[in-house]
Amino acid sequence: MRAAAPTLSALFAFVRKEFRHLLRDRQTLAILLLLPVAQLVLFGFAVRTDISRVRVGLVAPSPDAAVAALRTRFAHSGRFDLLPPVADAASLEKEFRRAGVDVGVILPSNVAERLQQGEPLQVLVVADASDPNTGTTMQNYATAVLRDWSAAIGARPGAMRLETRVRMRYNPTLESVNLFVPGLVALILTLITSLMTALSLSREKERGTFEVLLVSPLHPWQIIVGKVIPYLGLAMINVLSILGAAWLVFGVPFRGSLLFLLAASLLFALVSLSLGVLIAAVTSSQLAAMLAALGGTMLPSTLLSGLIFPISSMPAPLQVLSHIVPARWFIVVVRGTLLKGAGLSVLWPELLILTAMLAVLLAAAVRKTSVRLA
Amino acid sequence: MTTGHAIVARALTRRFGDFTAVDGISFDVAQGEVFGFLGANGAGKTTAIRMLIGLLAPSDGEAVVAGCNVRSETETLRSRIGYMSQRFSLYDDLTVRENIALYGGIYGLDDAAIRARGDRMLRDLDFLASGDAFVRALPLGWKQKLAFSVALLHEPSVVFLDEPTGGVDPITRRQFWELIYAAAARGTTVFVTTHYLDEAEYCDRMSIMVDGRIAALGTPGDLKAQHGVRTLDDLFVQLARGSAGANA
Amino acid sequence: MTAVSVRALAKRFGDVTALDGVSFDVEPGELFGLVGPDGGGKTTLFRVLTTLLLPDAGHATVLGQDVTRDLWSLRRRIGYMPGRFALYADLSVEENLGFFASVFGTSVDEGYALIAPIYQQIEPFKTRRAGALSGGMKQKLALSCALVHRPDILFLDEPTTGVDAVSRREFWDLLARLSSDGLTIVVSTPYMDEASRCDRVALMQSGRVLAIAPPAQIGEQFPRPLVAVRAANRFALLQTLRALPDVASAWPFGETVHVSDRRTGLSAVQVASALEGALRSSGLDDVSATPISPGIEDTFIELMGRPSETSAA
Repeated sequence: MRAAAPTLSALFAFVRKEFRHLLRDRQTLAILLLLPVAQLVLFGFAVRTDISRVRVGLVAPSPDAAVAALRTRFAHSGRFDLLPPVADAASLEKEFRRAGVDVGVILPSNVAERLQQGEPLQVLVVADASDPNTGTTMQNYATAVLRDWSAAIGARPGAMRLETRVRMRYNPTLESVNLFVPGLVALILTLITSLMTALSLSREKERGTFEVLLVSPLHPWQIIVGKVIPYLGLAMINVLSILGAAWLVFGVPFRGSLLFLLAASLLFALVSLSLGVLIAAVTSSQLAAMLAALGGTMLPSTLLSGLIFPISSMPAPLQVLSHIVPARWFIVVVRGTLLKGAGLSVLWPELLILTAMLAVLLAAAVRKTSVRLA
Repeated sequence: MTTGHAIVARALTRRFGDFTAVDGISFDVAQGEVFGFLGANGAGKTTAIRMLIGLLAPSDGEAVVAGCNVRSETETLRSRIGYMSQRFSLYDDLTVRENIALYGGIYGLDDAAIRARGDRMLRDLDFLASGDAFVRALPLGWKQKLAFSVALLHEPSVVFLDEPTGGVDPITRRQFWELIYAAAARGTTVFVTTHYLDEAEYCDRMSIMVDGRIAALGTPGDLKAQHGVRTLDDLFVQLARGSAGANA
Repeated sequence: MTAVSVRALAKRFGDVTALDGVSFDVEPGELFGLVGPDGGGKTTLFRVLTTLLLPDAGHATVLGQDVTRDLWSLRRRIGYMPGRFALYADLSVEENLGFFASVFGTSVDEGYALIAPIYQQIEPFKTRRAGALSGGMKQKLALSCALVHRPDILFLDEPTTGVDAVSRREFWDLLARLSSDGLTIVVSTPYMDEASRCDRVALMQSGRVLAIAPPAQIGEQFPRPLVAVRAANRFALLQTLRALPDVASAWPFGETVHVSDRRTGLSAVQVASALEGALRSSGLDDVSATPISPGIEDTFIELMGRPSETSAA
């Protein structure tokens, strides 16, 4: 005799209970709400871009003695790595894209001639920076060198007109707060969804209430969904707070659609949740669940996802391994949305991969979650 | 303070903030006596024991155990007493002999003494052949009996047993109590707490704590006669019902 | 139709046999006790009967339904209290009760009439966190939570362990009341004195049922006359008794030692006077021996000791 379909009110009662647990555990709640923002601020300010050697590329349409003198100055300045001469502005742009140069200096043609004629020298300095501070610093270095040079070649004070620009760097390196933010979002989501879910389920088992719940009309999937919903809500709040803080404090841009990012975050959260449920189903204690969650989700997400070490610079086996770390794909999505304004049309491969991961993990979690104790 | 007694407590008190867990208890235990220390959960038993074994300093009052003042001579005290409880027992992932060696070492016995006493202990328990068994593979009853014997390894003059027979079958419980009798016959004072009131009958003298005070003190027979009850269970219920802690 | 029917139930965990061919019936409205030490198989048996575990062999029905096939309909009708009070410490008394009610699709109001005698004892504390309750009150709350959905049968696994003597008595008063109102209750306990309050008792050890009978009749399974012996020095008494060749068993029971004699054909009175004589001539003081009828614990010990000696092997 089949039982009547599990009631929604039972599920609702369960969700209500889970919210109570979550809200009453003040310590954990405070940590989960504040930690992401705290991490963001700490890392953002603590990180110092390494600007000890700045790569400078000179664009000089007509190389002459004055240009040569400038090159020598940059080469011997001790702060700059002088690159081979860059042909033109278009090539400089290419170098920037490639992250091959940090500062570009564009000189006008016929420098020496213009000096003789007493014409003003229009010089463009472009700094490709990870954040405004670094850009300013690089500009200042370059400007100092240029001023010395202009005095040395006999230009009148004021003859050189400097125009400066700072451009935002696209390429991923660790130092960039912009690029750290996506990683942080992924990390926090992983922490909250897989770790906390695994712990919550294990705690229920250790407390002994799990047995009583099983011997009730509640289906195991209702128990799981009920546990997952409060943490899902918490995770979404965290996504918003991280992005908000990043924008407010560090000026990290948001070029794409917020709705799209939230939807992608939801997908990623579900992947992590399935992993958390799976971990709780196969471990026998809270401690084991915690260690498995840390080792199996947090650690790979931190080390192999491209958050700290660029994937391209990892040894080949690890690069292969990183393909099965969900965070790796999610970070690509977040970066694309935040910094490049990309949407579904561009990011669909990553989203497809995440969906496939969800299907596999969910199936495994469902299979492992038994209607009985054993 | 009278000497010659194994345990002397005078107005022993312990407060936690404005809550008085132990409220001026006084009693004596003679050397070689088996003393049952009873009380409901929350009556102050555990706190009292902790003071007697030197783990907790009294707020007021004095106690002398095995000739040592519990406040000032805790080092010496710990070398003269043994302790065994349900929670604090042998290490599951060591063998029996390894446990013996461990506790022997902790109490400062040399290797020869550890070996000799360990062998004698195992022989008495008829366990000599199984000395290399892992403790976790043993049934609960055997763990308890072994733990008790290990607590006696360094030949303390007083041994404290905290609910040592929880969950074991009736036969093992009685075997355990025969071990207690044997130890008492050798002159060791045994201070035991238990939830099984029929075990309280096995004691020479006993006390029942209610709300931090001692509500009954004497031999089981005398106490039953004094209160006009047939069993100690009835006595316990009578005393506990009058307590402030009932149904709180 | 029986309330519970168990046939040749077996269950192993690795190389540990938890249930070794258990068979018994429980009648509707019965207060049925399972008695025995830890590790005897009681908890495993409960878990099979409440559909939490699948047996390796044998079968069982509860309320006429198979525990392996009809688990969803059974789960609506069973009330279950596992050991260690499965309660949510950070939820209040009424929140716990309300939660368990809604999980079963009912409400506290609907179940109130049934749980009132129990719940009213803790109702004054209904906003208190469950973690802050005393052991006795947790017990009452757990029982209320198990009853609130008005089950047809109640399974209680060692509900009185770790609770003080007063609360234990009160709890069994409540159980007796529920039973007299017609509820079938299957309860396990390690305390023999509680067992005597059941309609029938099953002694369990090492996964086997040693005996089933009403408490008053369990003693009939004790095979020999039994005598309670007293002496001034109890340890000396025990040692002397053990040395006597005719003594079959000698176990301490409170102030006395229960002794049975090997020889057949003797009445209890004869055994008693023979013992008194033997003990006095061994030099013991204040000796007295009185015939008694065997109780549950005597019988249990006797049955337990039979297949093998309790030595470590």
